[in-house]
Amino acid sequence: MKKLVLIAAAIALALSACTPVDLDAPVPSYDTGVDPQAWATIPAGEFLWGQFDETQTIDYDYQMMVTNVTNAQYARFLNEALAEYAAKVENNQIIGFYPGDTFHNGRHEERIDPGDYIYIPMDDPALRLSFDGTTFAAKEDYANHPMSMVSWFGAKAYCDFYGYRLPTEMEWEKAARGTDGRPYPWGEGIARNNANFYSSHDPFEDMRSAGSRTTPAGFYNGQVYEGYVTIDSKSPYGLYDMAGNVWQWTADVYEEQHYRYMRGGSKDLYENDLRAWVSNNATPTYTSPGTGFRCVR
Amino acid sequence: MSRLTQRFNYLFRSTKGLILVAIALIGLTSAFFGMLSGPMAEWGVRDVVVRLFNMDLVEAEREGRLIILYHTIAMVVVAIETYMITGLIPMTQKQQTTINATITAGYMLAVLFGLPFAYWGHNWAFHGLYVSGLVLVFFAGIMLAVALWPWSKAYRVKSPEYAHTRGGMDLERAAFFTMTITTLTSAIFGAVPGSYFGNGFQVFLAENTIRDPIKPALDLSIIGHLHIMLALIAIAATLIVGRWLDFKGRLHKLAMPFMIFGSFILALGTWLVVPFESIAHWVIYGGSTVAMLAALFMVIFAWDKLIKEGLAEKGLKKGNFFQRVAALVHDPLKFGATWQMVFMNFTVSGVGIFVAVKLDEIFRVWPWRDERYILTGHWHILSALTATILLLYYADLAGLKGKVRKWFGWGIIVMSDLAFGAVTIFEMKRFFVDEATQQPLINLTMLLADIGLGTVLLLLAVLLAWRFVDLFKKKGRWTEEINERLDSTAEVTQ
Repeated sequence: MKKLVLIAAAIALALSACTPVDLDAPVPSYDTGVDPQAWATIPAGEFLWGQFDETQTIDYDYQMMVTNVTNAQYARFLNEALAEYAAKVENNQIIGFYPGDTFHNGRHEERIDPGDYIYIPMDDPALRLSFDGTTFAAKEDYANHPMSMVSWFGAKAYCDFYGYRLPTEMEWEKAARGTDGRPYPWGEGIARNNANFYSSHDPFEDMRSAGSRTTPAGFYNGQVYEGYVTIDSKSPYGLYDMAGNVWQWTADVYEEQHYRYMRGGSKDLYENDLRAWVSNNATPTYTSPGTGFRCVR
Repeated sequence: MSRLTQRFNYLFRSTKGLILVAIALIGLTSAFFGMLSGPMAEWGVRDVVVRLFNMDLVEAEREGRLIILYHTIAMVVVAIETYMITGLIPMTQKQQTTINATITAGYMLAVLFGLPFAYWGHNWAFHGLYVSGLVLVFFAGIMLAVALWPWSKAYRVKSPEYAHTRGGMDLERAAFFTMTITTLTSAIFGAVPGSYFGNGFQVFLAENTIRDPIKPALDLSIIGHLHIMLALIAIAATLIVGRWLDFKGRLHKLAMPFMIFGSFILALGTWLVVPFESIAHWVIYGGSTVAMLAALFMVIFAWDKLIKEGLAEKGLKKGNFFQRVAALVHDPLKFGATWQMVFMNFTVSGVGIFVAVKLDEIFRVWPWRDERYILTGHWHILSALTATILLLYYADLAGLKGKVRKWFGWGIIVMSDLAFGAVTIFEMKRFFVDEATQQPLINLTMLLADIGLGTVLLLLAVLLAWRFVDLFKKKGRWTEEINERLDSTAEVTQ
């Protein structure tokens, strides 16, 4: 009998790994009150860069979007870009032209030749956009969440389309941590209600099935959402979500590499990976439910 | 007072006592600092521990803390292997005592001052004492190399069953000597950049630089160092297990030259990473293949021996397939030590070869974070499997018998393999599941890993608790062990 119970428990445990995840399960809907159209100015000057606080200078003012680009904003972009033939639908993907990188024959470097590259995969169930054959729209409840499942090409295309650009890693880091060398946008330590990270117990998380999900842009702004208290966690320049939620693509193209870099950590990582100097990288066609972007101008 | 002196003599002057102290220290260190990461952090235990012990965890210094933590644990593991080697390989009593005393002082200094430096503010006097500890461990290694000098006429092989040269030089001793010399040289490859980066706490984890196309020489030195040190610790464990199981005969004669050659070429390959990174990998592949062949010969010998012993216990000369399998696994401690080496091929070497073959599909496409899971999983599993091999040997030294021996042995084998198997699936998960739907698989693999590792730690805790209670007994097992030598079965003239 004991053996049977043990075997049954083991089978139940194994089957739990095969449980299908309902990606369209309902999530709470909150208005954060933070305007995703807003920009913040980062003044020229010195700042502390990297884990060991090297002094660096950016000698110009620039503005960065206060939040990540949202699903609603990206849906609007796709509709406009398709209308203007700046993007097209092909093989269940939105693709667009990229002029290519100079190939340096670096170790493990892959060629990025001029051509059409993926912006978003249309058939991926993790995409929070719907398409009725002519028009894109953000899925209900996800309109104010950060756009994810977007490649580096798709992120760059959005910024370029509106006359903006992706931030360089330096611009991103200065915007995130200011000039005093803090590891997180709000200061030294991190609490669960500072940011969206792995098992941070936010109202969108479902660790039994869907795992950590995105939170709306600007969610951690000190508001209380149905009893869930957030800490106002903006950066010294007033930017939200510069730690956690989704990785953010940056602009730099480095010699001897085809990889593109991301900053900020994501909903799927532990706290220490949200420190401002931590980066991730992937091939520029990579898309993920944990990767988004914002622009600078 | 004499009671205390007797126990002190057992714990700090006998080989088995020294091993026990070192294992206990690793157990305590792992249990305590394990509460700061992974599921313990997720469950909020870390926050409580940090507050309760008033720890000073500056965010920018996390990598430095980790490096000091695993260096201190590595020093204790190296000390355990050294105690085993000085107990198993013939040398003078004076050499054994001096080496053991020096390495004990070294790892104690490293642990007692390194960890407070890393986790409770930066008292630079502590850092100095930590470095002094590392230096003493290195110095003990030099003394070990001198003691193992294979050309010494005092240690010629007497029995023709053991690998030797025509002049009678003991090739197993030469393999231990080669391992020691290459370890010492490889330590320098870590020490030089360590003194540069460590001084300002400006350290980095090698897995964080894996995709940098151009790496400075000191970075390459660290990458070579960490790979070879783990490999050499595993090679030392293999040689120790060979001696424990009295490895001899035709396979021994084949294996020992392979082990000498493999250790040296493997180490050479990791040193070449600094000046000639592009060709170094090929040298490493060559060296590791030869060293792994030597380990394979040892496993074949051991399994054949275990089968014969098992059948003999049942009064059989030749058994059928099932009887032979039953005979093979009849002693989980001895079978486990060799099985873990085989299992290592599935969870460490196999994974490494697989991702190397699939380079275009994996590392050039996957995000770096997913690659990092494989890298960190890979070396954590290698270290932990090596630790279980040494633990199984210690359980034998501690005299576990009967059902306790079987439960302990099988507990370690099954639960550690469950954990490492689960971690292997976790690190390779991108082959089975996409990011959006990965959570159930993560939950299952992490649960199995936690259950497996938790049980292994629990078994270790029970073993240590038994040994702790035993110390309070007037005629406990410690009184037998105080004068016991390890079973050195290599026959040499002296």
